[in-house]
Amino acid sequence: MSKKQIKTTVNGVEHEILVDSTWTLLETLRDQLKLTGTKEGCSNGNCGACTVMVDGQSSCSCLVLAPEANGREITTVEGLADHGHLSPVQDAFVENSGLQCGFCTPGFMIATTALLNDNPHPTENEIRLKLAGNLCRCTGYDKIVRSVQDAAERLNKA
Amino acid sequence: MPNFDYEAPTSLMSALELLAQPGENRPLAGGTDVIDQLKSNRRNADLVVDLKRIPELLNIESNGSGLHVGSAVSCTEVHNFTTEKGGFAALAESTELVGSVHIQNRGSVGGNVCNAAPSADTIPSLLIHEAVAHTASASGEREIPLIDFFAGPGQTVLEKGEILKELVLPTPSANTASAYLRFIPRNEMDIAVAGVGSLIEVDPSTNLVTKARIALASVAPTPVRAYAAEEFLEGTKIDADAIDKTADLAVGSAVPITDVRGSAEYRKELIRVLTRRTLTICLERLA
Amino acid sequence: MVATYDTKTDYKVIGNSPIRHDGVDKVTGRAIYGGDVKAPGLIWGDVLRSPHAHARIKSIDTSAAEAMDGVFAVLTHGDFPQTDDKTIDAGEGTVNLRRGQSNVMADKKVHYKGHVVAAVAAVDRNTAQVAAQAIKVEYEVLPAISDVDAAMAEGAPQILDGLVGDHLGESVENTNVARVFRHEFGNVDDAFANSDLVIERTVSMSMVHQGYIEPHNATAIWGQDDNLTVWSSTQGSFGVRSQVAGLLHHPESKIKVNYVEIGGGFGGKTVVYLAPIAALLSRKAGGRPVKLVMDRSSVFEATGPAPGGKIRMKIGVNKDGKIQAADTDLMLEAGGFPGSAVGAAAICVFACYNLPVSRITGYDVLVNKPKSAAYRAPGSPQASFAIETVIDEICDELGFDKIQFRLDNAAHEGTRRGDGVQFIRVGLEECLVAAKESDHWNSPLGDAPAGKKRGRGIASAYWMNGGGKSTCDLMLQDDGTVMLNEGSADIGGTRTSIAMQAAEVLGIPVEDFHPSIPDTESIGFTGVTGGSRTTYTTGLAAYNAAQKLVVELKSRVADLWETEASNVEFADGVFSANGDSIGIQELAGKLDPTGGPATATASVNLAEAGNAYGVQICDLEVDLETGKTDVVRYTAIQDVGKAVHPQYAEGQIQGGVVQGLGWALNEEYFITDDGAMANRSFLDYRMPTSLDMPMIDTIMVEVPNPLHPYGVRGIGEVPICPPLSAAAQAIKEAVGKPFYELPVKPGRILEAQND
Repeated sequence: MSKKQIKTTVNGVEHEILVDSTWTLLETLRDQLKLTGTKEGCSNGNCGACTVMVDGQSSCSCLVLAPEANGREITTVEGLADHGHLSPVQDAFVENSGLQCGFCTPGFMIATTALLNDNPHPTENEIRLKLAGNLCRCTGYDKIVRSVQDAAERLNKA
Repeated sequence: MPNFDYEAPTSLMSALELLAQPGENRPLAGGTDVIDQLKSNRRNADLVVDLKRIPELLNIESNGSGLHVGSAVSCTEVHNFTTEKGGFAALAESTELVGSVHIQNRGSVGGNVCNAAPSADTIPSLLIHEAVAHTASASGEREIPLIDFFAGPGQTVLEKGEILKELVLPTPSANTASAYLRFIPRNEMDIAVAGVGSLIEVDPSTNLVTKARIALASVAPTPVRAYAAEEFLEGTKIDADAIDKTADLAVGSAVPITDVRGSAEYRKELIRVLTRRTLTICLERLA
Repeated sequence: MVATYDTKTDYKVIGNSPIRHDGVDKVTGRAIYGGDVKAPGLIWGDVLRSPHAHARIKSIDTSAAEAMDGVFAVLTHGDFPQTDDKTIDAGEGTVNLRRGQSNVMADKKVHYKGHVVAAVAAVDRNTAQVAAQAIKVEYEVLPAISDVDAAMAEGAPQILDGLVGDHLGESVENTNVARVFRHEFGNVDDAFANSDLVIERTVSMSMVHQGYIEPHNATAIWGQDDNLTVWSSTQGSFGVRSQVAGLLHHPESKIKVNYVEIGGGFGGKTVVYLAPIAALLSRKAGGRPVKLVMDRSSVFEATGPAPGGKIRMKIGVNKDGKIQAADTDLMLEAGGFPGSAVGAAAICVFACYNLPVSRITGYDVLVNKPKSAAYRAPGSPQASFAIETVIDEICDELGFDKIQFRLDNAAHEGTRRGDGVQFIRVGLEECLVAAKESDHWNSPLGDAPAGKKRGRGIASAYWMNGGGKSTCDLMLQDDGTVMLNEGSADIGGTRTSIAMQAAEVLGIPVEDFHPSIPDTESIGFTGVTGGSRTTYTTGLAAYNAAQKLVVELKSRVADLWETEASNVEFADGVFSANGDSIGIQELAGKLDPTGGPATATASVNLAEAGNAYGVQICDLEVDLETGKTDVVRYTAIQDVGKAVHPQYAEGQIQGGVVQGLGWALNEEYFITDDGAMANRSFLDYRMPTSLDMPMIDTIMVEVPNPLHPYGVRGIGEVPICPPLSAAAQAIKEAVGKPFYELPVKPGRILEAQND
C-alpha cells in the first residue's frame, strides 16, 4: 500500500493531500476533505449517488482512484452555489419539488449541471437519457424531469 | 481492495517498463471495470499503472490508414468523434450504450475491449469494421485482428506486461452502412442480454452485397462473428427475404447460456430479431 | 382531543406548495445523513456474513481477527445479553426480541445467505473488512428452501428450530408455516354454487426490495456511564431506541437516538440491523464511537425485502354484474423468521369490494431468504395483483365495463372489510368516477409502430393507513416566528406539511416556522414515519398544539388588555376583544409582562386512520418480437382526503407508481440452486431509470377524512399497489395472453406468445 501526495482542485480550492493509492475519490472527498454532500449508494457505478465532475465531465467518484485526481479539477455539489446563491439548477429542483428524501439529489445536481452545460435545450427524452445513470427511488422521476426543464429555461433566460 | 501501488507514467515507454516488473500489474484507463473488480476482489493487483497521462493513448484521429482510437480514449469522446465524422455508425451507437453517461465519460473503448466481457457493447461494432488491435510491451509490438484478441469470458490474448495501444479501423467505402442494437429489459444501464452489430457494403451498380459483417454479443464465451450468415448474404441482392434467412443463420453462430439476464432460447430468438433489425437499418442508411 | 372534520374550505396555507424548509440543505449537500456522521476517535465496524442459505453453525474461531493489528473488538452472538421472549412494536410490524436478536446476529443456525454471524471494530474500514473475513466459521450446510411450495412440502426441513406453528388455532410442530389464520363471513361455498360464473386463478410473485438508494448505517457510542448514543438511518428514532433497548436488554432511558436525515426507507428502515452491533462493538471497544455502513449487496440479500409467494383467488359473480363470493389463500414468504405481511394482505385483499360473503386464509411461510420487512403498503400490492387479475378476467369474460363493474361492487361507507371492520367515509367511488371521466380513460390507446402492440389496464387498490402516537412542540419566538419540534423522520417533506397545519391554525406564514426533528430525549414519543401516518397523525398533533397555543395566547391577551379570556376572539391570525385587535406575530413581542415565552405541546395516539383508495390506468406498448415493454401513458387517481401540500402529495403518488411498475415489469430476486440471490446489485436488480418511465399524471380526489380537521388522509402507500395489475392487464390486452406470474418480464412475454 503506498501513499501519494496529490494536488487537486476541489470546488475551486486547491488541496495538497496525502492519499492512499487504494482510496477512491469518493472516500477522499467524504472522509479526508469532509465534503459529505457526495453520497455512497452502491460503490460500483450503478446508481449515480456519487456523481461529481472531473475536469467538467460527470463521473462516478466511487470508480475513480484518489491519486487519479492529481492535477484535476473536481466539482462536487458543495461547489454549485455561488456565494450563498443557489445555482439555477438547485433553485429549480427546490421549487419544483424535484426531491423527496434528498439522498440522490447531489448526484442529480451534478448530472443536471453537466447535462445543461453540454446541451442547453434538451428534449424530455434527452433529459431522461442523460439522467438514466442516476437512480431515484422516491420521485418516479416526473418532478425531476420537470425541474430540469425549468432549470434549462432559467439558464437560457440568464 | 487489494493493497496496490499506483503510478501515472507520462510516456508509453515508462508504462511498459513498469508493467514488465514482476508482480501483478494492472493497466488502468477509465477504471469503470478495473476499479469495480479490484473492490470486489475479482481481480488482484500489486501495481496499478494509470495510462491516462500518455498522449498517444489519448489520441483519436482519422487518417489515411483509417480510424485510430487510442486505448485510453473515453466512450464519450469516441462517440462524439464518430458521430461527427460519420462512417462508423455502429461504433457511434455502441459507445452511447455502455453504462450511463458518467461511465461513458470515464470508461474507454480500449478498456471495454480489454475487459473482454462477451456482452461488451463496443466489441461487435469494432469487429464488423475489422478493427485491428495494436499492442505494445517492453519486448515489442504486435498487431492482432480483433477477432483473434479474445480467449474466453474476461480473457484476452494479451501477455503479461502487454497493453492495447490503439485500435485501428480501416475507413469503410462510401457504400457501407453499419448499425448496432442490443436488447436489454430496461431502456438503459443493463448489460446486453444479446447484441448484434451489422455492416454491409453494397455495389451500387449491381445492388449486390459485396461485404457483410455480423458480430454477436452475449451469446458465446467471447464476442463472435456470424460467418455463415455473412457468407450467405454476400453476393445476394439484399431484400427482406434475404435478411430473414441471414438472421436465421446468425442464430446458428450463437451458443448462449442461461443466466440471470436471460435464457439460452430467449437469447437465440433475440439474435434473430436483432440481426434482422440491424440489417434493415443498414439498408435504410444506404438509401 | 377528538378531531372532527372542520368543513371550511377557504384555507390560507393548506393546499399551497411552499418550499420545504430543508430544501436548501438537500440541494447543497449540507444535510447530514447517517453515513455522514462524524465523531472524535471514530472507528469502523464490519460484519461477517453466512455464505450459506441454511446451515448450522458448528464453531466460530475469532482468534485471527482478535490478534490483528488495529482491531478493537470482535463480537459473536454470545456477546448479546439474554433477552425476553417478548414482541414489541416496530412501526409497520412487530419484532420478537429473541428472534430479532438472532436475525441481527445468528445464534446456532443461519437462515439465509448473508445472515450476520460475527462483527469486528477496527481502526479503519479496510482493516475491519479484512479482520471480519479472517474469522473462521464451520458450518453444517442444510438444504435451502427457496419458495413457499418447498417450505410447505411434506418432509421439508424446519428452518426455525423449535417453531410451533399456530394453524387456525391448532399448535403444529415441525413446520415452516408459522401461522395460518382465517377471516370468514357467510358461506362462500354455497354462494359459489349459486354463481353464474366462477373464476379461480393462482398468481405468484417474486420477493422484491424497497430499493432505497441510501444503504443502512449506524454509529454508536457506549458511554462510560452506560448511556448509549446512536445515529442511524431510520424511519423512526424511537423505533431504534425501543428495538436496541429490547435486543440489548438495556433501559430505553439510557439510550438516546439522534436524528439524521434518511435516504429512503419505504418500510425497510423500521427494523434495526446495524445499531445493536454498533452499540455492542462500542462497548467492547472501551466506548469508542463505532460506525457501520452496509454495502449494497448486503442490503439486497440481508435486510428486509417484501415477500414473494403465491395467492389463490376465487371469485363468483352473477350475470347482473354483482360479485357473489370471494375466497382466497394468501401464502406469503416470511423469510428466515416468522412475520410476513400476510396479515395486512388479508385486510386489504377484498377491501375494494362490497362482498356479501367472503373467506380469507393467510399463511405466514418461512423460507431461506432474508426476513421480510414492510414495503410500502406491505401485503397489499401482492393481494391487489391477485384480485384485480381475476376481476379483469371476469369483466372480459362477461363483457362488463371495467369501471362500471367496480362501481357496481364498490366498497363504501358501511361496507364490512374482509376482517370485519366497517368503513367510515371513504373515496373509492369518487376515484372510480374520476377515472371514468378522465382524459386518459377517454383517449384512444393510440397506434403502436409496426411489430408492437398497445394495451390498457386498470386496477384499484386499498391501504388501511395508520394512526398511532405522535408529539409536537411549539415555541413562539418574540420575533413572531415559531420553533416547531416534532418526532417524525422527514423522508419526503413532512417537516413542511406538518408545519403547514400549525400555520393554518395560527395564521402565521409557514415560512416563519422553523421545524426540526430533535433526538429522542428532546421530543415526546413519536412513532415511525410509515404507514402513511405522518402528515395525518403528526399533523394532527401540530394542529392540537397550535390550538392549545391559541388558548394560551388568549389568556395572555386578556392579561394585557385587562379583560376576560372568554372575551377574546381569534380569527385569521388576529386576536380581538372589545374593539381592540393585535396580530399574533406582533403579540409575540409583547408577552414578557404576561408570563414570558408562550409554548404548547400536544401528543396524540390515534386508534383509527382514514383509509386510502387508488385507481390507476396504464397504457403500455409491447414489442412482440422481443417482449420489451414500454409504459406510454399512466394516470393515478387517488383519494387524498385533503392535499396539504399538493406537489408533495403528487410526488408520493408518482414515486409509488414507479416502484409498482418496477415490481410489475422487471424487479425480482433471482435465487440460485443453493439459495443465494444472484442479482444483488443495481445492475441486475432492475429498478426503473428515468428513461424507463413517462410522466406520471395524477388526479387527486378529495373526500375528506372525518377523523382529521382538515380531512387529511394518508397517501404515501396505496399508489404502489395498482400498477402490478394495471401493467399486467395492459400487457395481456396487447399480447392476448394472461400473466399470472410477476414480474411480467420480456422473456416471459415472448414465451407466452410462443405457447
